Amino acid sequence: MLKIKKCDLAALFARISENNDLYLPVKTAGKTNFAAWDETADVDLDTLKTVKSPKDAFFPQSENLYTCNKQDGKTSITPEKLREEPFVLFGIRACDVRAIDVLDRVFLSDPVDSYYAARREHGIIVSYACHAPETSCFCKVFGIDAAAPEGDVVTWMVNGELYWDAKTEKGALLTAQIRDLLTDGDAAVVETEQAAIRAIVEKLPNSSLSLDGWGAEAAKTRFDSPVWEQLYKPCLACGTCTFVCPTCQCYDIKDYNTGSGVQRYRCWDSCMYSDFTMMAHGNNRTSQMQRFRQRFLHKLAYYPANNDGMFSCVGCGRCVDKCPSHLNIVKVIKAFEKEGV
Amino acid sequence: MEAMHECKYNPGFMRDTLIPMVGIITDIRTETPDVKTFRVNAPGGGKLFEHMPGQCAMVCVPGVGEAMFSITSSPTNKEYQEFSIKRCGVLTDHLHSMQVGDEIMVRGPYGNNFPVDTELKGKNLLFIAGGIGLAPLRSVINYCRDHRDDYGTIDILYGSRSADDLVQRKEIEAEWMNTPGVNVHLTIDRPQEGWDGHVGFVPSYLKELNFDTNKVALLCGPPIMIKFCLQGLMELGFSREQVYTTLELRMKCGIGKCGRCNIGTKYVCKDGPVFRFDQIDELPNEY
Amino acid sequence: MQELINRAKSLLESGEVSRVLGWRKGETDWDVEPAFFNSAEELSEFIYNGFCGANLSKYMIEASKLEGKTLVFLKPCDTYSFNQLCKEHRVDREKAYIIGVGCKGKLKIENIDAAGILEVRGAGYPDASEILTVKTLYGDREVSYKSAMLERCHVCKGKEHMVYDERMGESADTSDADRFAEVAKIEAMSPEEKFAFFQSELSKCIRCNACRNVCPACSCRKCVFDSTKFDSAQKANTTSFEEKMFHIIRAFHVAGRCTDCGECSRVCPQGIPLHLFNRKFIKDINALYGDYQAGADTDSKGPLTDFRLDDCEPSIVTKRG
Repeated sequence: MLKIKKCDLAALFARISENNDLYLPVKTAGKTNFAAWDETADVDLDTLKTVKSPKDAFFPQSENLYTCNKQDGKTSITPEKLREEPFVLFGIRACDVRAIDVLDRVFLSDPVDSYYAARREHGIIVSYACHAPETSCFCKVFGIDAAAPEGDVVTWMVNGELYWDAKTEKGALLTAQIRDLLTDGDAAVVETEQAAIRAIVEKLPNSSLSLDGWGAEAAKTRFDSPVWEQLYKPCLACGTCTFVCPTCQCYDIKDYNTGSGVQRYRCWDSCMYSDFTMMAHGNNRTSQMQRFRQRFLHKLAYYPANNDGMFSCVGCGRCVDKCPSHLNIVKVIKAFEKEGV
Repeated sequence: MEAMHECKYNPGFMRDTLIPMVGIITDIRTETPDVKTFRVNAPGGGKLFEHMPGQCAMVCVPGVGEAMFSITSSPTNKEYQEFSIKRCGVLTDHLHSMQVGDEIMVRGPYGNNFPVDTELKGKNLLFIAGGIGLAPLRSVINYCRDHRDDYGTIDILYGSRSADDLVQRKEIEAEWMNTPGVNVHLTIDRPQEGWDGHVGFVPSYLKELNFDTNKVALLCGPPIMIKFCLQGLMELGFSREQVYTTLELRMKCGIGKCGRCNIGTKYVCKDGPVFRFDQIDELPNEY
Repeated sequence: MQELINRAKSLLESGEVSRVLGWRKGETDWDVEPAFFNSAEELSEFIYNGFCGANLSKYMIEASKLEGKTLVFLKPCDTYSFNQLCKEHRVDREKAYIIGVGCKGKLKIENIDAAGILEVRGAGYPDASEILTVKTLYGDREVSYKSAMLERCHVCKGKEHMVYDERMGESADTSDADRFAEVAKIEAMSPEEKFAFFQSELSKCIRCNACRNVCPACSCRKCVFDSTKFDSAQKANTTSFEEKMFHIIRAFHVAGRCTDCGECSRVCPQGIPLHLFNRKFIKDINALYGDYQAGADTDSKGPLTDFRLDDCEPSIVTKRG
């Protein structure tokens, strides 16, 4: 266990960024999101949840895949360069680290998505414990420990000092780059803090949410439930829940005509949008109820069925905080619990 | 090609599957007023890639769009690949305006295939197609004709709105009808001058033909035809395990990641497009 | 609140209305959701409290297509939107039974969080009490009601309902700021400062479309930004240019029709003050064509859809810079 004073973090970030691009929570116009670090960045480690999850670092909201250029009647296709330089993702919370596992099972399964894989290869995850969990958090339900995130390096802030614990080879390599800035820390201090965090987590209103009936079997048992019809009505069909979600991974592939060529890019898409499944000859999900149901069954039934029971929700609670109509996955889970179906 | 990048998650990586290859349109046949068949070759000749009957490929015109089409030629054709494409949207409109010699981007093959080398082998086969639904089945039919000894009798029931809307009519009449052990049953929806064949919808012709059930049926066409043909097959005594079809949903990636074609636990682009009806029964009714 | 439920029940029972459009209790005090109630039994879930900020007028577009009348609860500011939708023939006045509910200012839970309270629960939020006592896992905290209010309540257009069949409940004046003060502040900026301000705010946009989908003025059946026919449907925030285009085009499209209901800013997950665009248009329209409040009535002609001989020349815009 190593540590560094909070007031020396700027020096730490400067050092890390000598050899790596550094992304961390930065406050811009009042809201905190992951962004590239520079000396002027307003680093914000106090806000528990960034508005957007850090999935951008591996699966950007928008990225070019390749460019088509036409010359003398011949088209050449230039694939976008894959990430080759290391980068550090600092200050990522336990739920968001688990969300990367969820994404891995999609993007790293055969056939591997090379854009994502290259970023995973070169990304170093420095996670940060949740010292003040919020009402909307329910990561415990998915077996996530807010006091002990996964990651290449795990950090805690106790009494004005950042405790630093490298967990993997990547983490050890990063630690070696900054070792002289760190001093030895007492693991017992961290353990005391962890106990305090876990005590708070126990008291969170949704920590004991029951997932009974969800998982693979729900694909059949809950698809035709009348509960969906009652639940979806306030849904505005916006994509807020999907865009702030750390595990939503649906994307669109589109063209951007630059004038001299065509860039084929992919961008996040939302199963909440009416055109998501629209084909030239029709649409297989014509109502918002169907689209709403798809999102939650995908997270709580279809994905677990394909991934050894792992849910595609990590309990970060962003949808709970951000849905304009206050719909969210917690309400869905509770509604089914109430109906007993 | 040299590996672009060494990555532990992606060993031996050459080229992302989302990146297409440049193909050349080497022939265009006008099949019907709204269907054309495009022959595609690699720029240096030959095929862009190998495939199996029933598999699909993403066809793309940069700046216009990209969509999934079934490969209608048989893998036994070693020279080229073909796509029969009906004009019904932005991309297909554009494709119909293209000329021989034009470039076209293709990536694939995607999805599963009809089990021609396993479950279908040695069986009597019944192909039922409506309209452009012949496109995926043509690949299987020609594969089976080229491996004629591996299969029993082959019945092909094909119908469309009118005689002018029958896709691949030349090939059907010149080649399929002359293949030993292959029986072709054509039908059109309404009587038409110059047509002395059967008139009536495919499902009702299916009942008239009264096939025995010692067969595997492969069924492709518009949803309403599929629904009534399936009913017809059940009435004839077929079980759902004996009937295959293909599903069609919106697709973008072709590799089960972009989420569009997800129904239940399946991704139609990757786990399909070929499904047996007992497998479809397991899916939520959302296709 | 019980009076509202009782009244809704009796209107349902008498058959005068077929359903009720109101707000439903959530899992916490603040996560109330817009909801349709079809029976007296379902109305036990009805709630009306400080967190019923959602403007129900837009839901009346769908409700207007249903059999029978819908009882809808509208706050004073919501009635402007309802009127405007009537004027645009998007809702049917005959299909609505409107109970104008009193309003003492609506709250934004993020404003309570912003007061440094990380965990909030179990507080009642009595309307317009001066101080809210908030129970948190980290101890009880106090927040002034005013500081927790939505921005729009500080510049309230007044507590008069523009349209109603009957009115219930008390209102309290919450207005304590000049509606155009923020706009004036931006107008006073140098072009560079203005650009920096909007770039910083709009760079946060995630293109989730919440602002558009909640907006009562955005009632097009097919939005230009959903068209697949040309490049307007960019879901990507490819460049900052795209984000600005989206919001500026939207502001232009609702100009003269926007009632300044503030829903866009309420729902933005990134807290972008989107209302400032609309308010700039309102301020300019007021200056160029005379004071106009969209939704104050159902028969006046909108300033941008009406031609009068004494209309200002378009060149005035160039002159003003």
